Amino acid sequence: MRVREYCQKSALFVAAAAVGLFALGLGGGAALAKTQLLVYTAIEADELAMFKREFEKDYPDVNIKWVRDSTGIVTAKLLAEKNNPKADIVWGLAATSLVMLANEGYFQGYAPKGVEKLDPAYVDSQNNPPLWVGQRAWIASVCFNTVEGKKKGLPVPSTWQDLTKPVYKGHVVMPNPNSSGTGFLDVSSWLQIWGEEKGWAFMDGLHKNIAWYTHSGSKPCKQAASGEIPIGISFAYRGAKSKNKGAPLEIVAPTEGLGWDIEAFGIVRNTKNLAAARNLADWSVTLKANKIYNKEYAVVAMPGVAKPVKNFPKDITKKMIKNDFAWAAANRMRILKKWQTRYGAKSLPKKK
Amino acid sequence: MTEGVTTLSAVAPKARPILGRDDWIMRWGLLVLGVWLSVAVVLPLYTLLSKSLEDHGGRFIGLANFAEFFATPVLFHSIYNSLTIAIISTAITITLAFIYAYALTRSCMPGKAIFKGIAMVPILAPSLLPAISLVYLFGNQGMIKGVLMGETIYGPIGIVMGEVFWTFPHALIIIITALSMADARLYEVAESLGTSKLRTFFTVTLPGARYGVISACFVVFTLVITDFGVPKVIGGQYNVLATDVYKQVIGQQNFQMGAVVGMVLLVPAVLAFIADRIIQRKQVALISARAVPYHPKPKTRFDMAMMGFCCVVGFMILGIIAVDAFASFIQLWPYNLTLTLYNYDFDLRDGGGWASYRNSIVMASYTAVIGTVIIFAGAYLVEKIRGFTVIRSLVQFMCIIPLAVPGLVLGLAYIFFFNHPANPLEFVYGTMAILVICTVTHFYTVSHLTATTALKQMDPEFEAVSMSLKVPFYKTFWRVTVPVCVPAILDISIYLFVNAMTTVSAVVFIYSADTTLASVAVLNMDDAGEVASAAAMGMMIVVTSAGVRALHALLTRGIARTSQAWRVR
Repeated sequence: MRVREYCQKSALFVAAAAVGLFALGLGGGAALAKTQLLVYTAIEADELAMFKREFEKDYPDVNIKWVRDSTGIVTAKLLAEKNNPKADIVWGLAATSLVMLANEGYFQGYAPKGVEKLDPAYVDSQNNPPLWVGQRAWIASVCFNTVEGKKKGLPVPSTWQDLTKPVYKGHVVMPNPNSSGTGFLDVSSWLQIWGEEKGWAFMDGLHKNIAWYTHSGSKPCKQAASGEIPIGISFAYRGAKSKNKGAPLEIVAPTEGLGWDIEAFGIVRNTKNLAAARNLADWSVTLKANKIYNKEYAVVAMPGVAKPVKNFPKDITKKMIKNDFAWAAANRMRILKKWQTRYGAKSLPKKK
Repeated sequence: MTEGVTTLSAVAPKARPILGRDDWIMRWGLLVLGVWLSVAVVLPLYTLLSKSLEDHGGRFIGLANFAEFFATPVLFHSIYNSLTIAIISTAITITLAFIYAYALTRSCMPGKAIFKGIAMVPILAPSLLPAISLVYLFGNQGMIKGVLMGETIYGPIGIVMGEVFWTFPHALIIIITALSMADARLYEVAESLGTSKLRTFFTVTLPGARYGVISACFVVFTLVITDFGVPKVIGGQYNVLATDVYKQVIGQQNFQMGAVVGMVLLVPAVLAFIADRIIQRKQVALISARAVPYHPKPKTRFDMAMMGFCCVVGFMILGIIAVDAFASFIQLWPYNLTLTLYNYDFDLRDGGGWASYRNSIVMASYTAVIGTVIIFAGAYLVEKIRGFTVIRSLVQFMCIIPLAVPGLVLGLAYIFFFNHPANPLEFVYGTMAILVICTVTHFYTVSHLTATTALKQMDPEFEAVSMSLKVPFYKTFWRVTVPVCVPAILDISIYLFVNAMTTVSAVVFIYSADTTLASVAVLNMDDAGEVASAAAMGMMIVVTSAGVRALHALLTRGIARTSQAWRVR
């Protein structure tokens, strides 16, 4: 009878849809024998494939699954899941965020095999075994578009203070520290270089010249690369990368000192894949891994490995400030709030 | 697919004390729907509300967070900005849409079908897309930035332009409906009394379309105030509530304050919603049974003027899409204008690569299929059940709530509700299922109203007859109701599909590594400065939605011929 067929078909259809949805929900990967390692990271998307390939070559039983987003978003996601963490390991995220998460009890201590070969400044010194271990540093830099600079008659800045000069009014963008890790390391470094009072005074001056604040740390440099704005406060890796692609950029390392942060990893306290997470931790401190870090970044955790990277500013390592991560993590919320109150209210963009 | 009528008249015959098997099945069905809607709408919103009343550690602190919000000038100022943007955008959109609709309904200009099709294009794009095009057009390296005479596009000007583009078709659909219902006799009377054209317009046309225009105003206002894509890309330093929620949650990990801004965002949306409901209720039938449909007569000058206007608007709409398409093929704007497919290599970029695109299609298909089944069956139950008044009104109310809940607020509520360790449904968090549930819920109301309207057009006698013949209701449902309502069912599914492809606001908080979406990838690539790739992904969404839409048109035509033959005598 046709009606019965209709009903059966419809019931089957709904059931199939439900089963499909359920199977999809459970992640479909149950058939694979490999350990699925869920890794939360803020490393740029174009590098991740290489890390996965190289790691899985050495540990064929483990299959990395990335959860990638910008520093602010990954940190927010991790905090949102605080009571019920999903990640197995957090890998390649700003140390400032890792310290903050560690204070929330997010990680379990583990000393990766060979961790003693790293520069001690890159390893959590507050806990033994360490809760987090650093991989490499990313460093603030200024991207200056030479074509647009020439058109507008702007001199190439050489210091941070230069950027507060009236000539640059409306020609500078920087990342909003509230959403970007790079933005925060800039603000934190200025406060550490000059102290609170002078640091905020500098930012008051800079704020007068800022055209807009971006959400991500790489956008200022990409906008400088496309000439949308002449000057973008960003980080050296992004600048070098754009310059390599042919953008008319000069990458400036201001002389007062450069803010920087470490990309680091920490094993999540309740991971169900502890062995695989430790595999990745062990692998991440090897010479091989450090050499890979050095492909794009000039400063890595293992001393003596780093070779200069194409188009990075010269002497960039010498300009890195002495960075106090514990201070930065402890004061992050206060600084962000103060920043937001002072500069978040720029309600109307400036006319030129 | 616009506003429907929600007031229910009891269609079922009254005074039937004995409940048959059918009644019990339907009652259970309605209960299941009620539970579903509670889980998908009511409980998450409740969790959000309670979150806004808690401190960082989860202790109840009353209204302290709200006090802090209103004491923070930055945040407070955003309310003013949001309202300004929403009011200006609404005024411009409604004016343009009204003239455009007037041209389509009251003139004899050629090419009406084409103009109508062009006007619908923005619906196929995520709201981020016009904003990206505006940057290419009017940004500091913009193609025609001189037009702005030194004003910057990053800020209110850009937001308003983007919002007008994006909300235009929504307003247009409603106003076309309102203008199509006109009684020719009124115009004949006006003419024979020697009333001037202008006077006729203000005394006959406008009053007739009044409710439609008001309704369109509320729809556009709500869309603008809750939209997140346009201000995110082009807002510059101009803060609005929708981007504040994002900054609070994503930037500062301040979930409590995010929840507070979410609740604040709910207020204008709910007020607009309630006002609209009250006004719609006052609407009396303008078209009596004796009405004569109005047919415009050719008037060369007027028709040409109208066509000129439509050409300008249509050109702008297509222009914005074309700029986006062009930008997606450029190597490095503005320094290297070689054409390339490089920007379509999404796997090298943020946002999840091509997998995001595939996920979006899967998600949109699930949303269309499952959503249509739930929504249509649900509307049927609500419409046809006998008795059970209290539960029915309750469920009916729950079907309407989603219209007043901005996507951002819904998404935020879903994190709090579904990622709670004590929630037995916690396992859906981070899966495709939660995205489907969220999207179906987000677009529930409009689909529900479409289904209800279609069901109301059916004579209740079908049920009465089958009941007296002792045919179970589900047989009637399959053999009569569904075939009759096929056009509405297809409309609902295409509406769900296209919206699932383009939505950003609700899903931005709940996608996971395995379930990155194309629309969110547009956002993330733009965030990372990969604007050309963002434009490219935007184009993929537009092309896909347009393709499915075309398929839908073919399907509707084919099916209508077979299943709708009864409508034609």
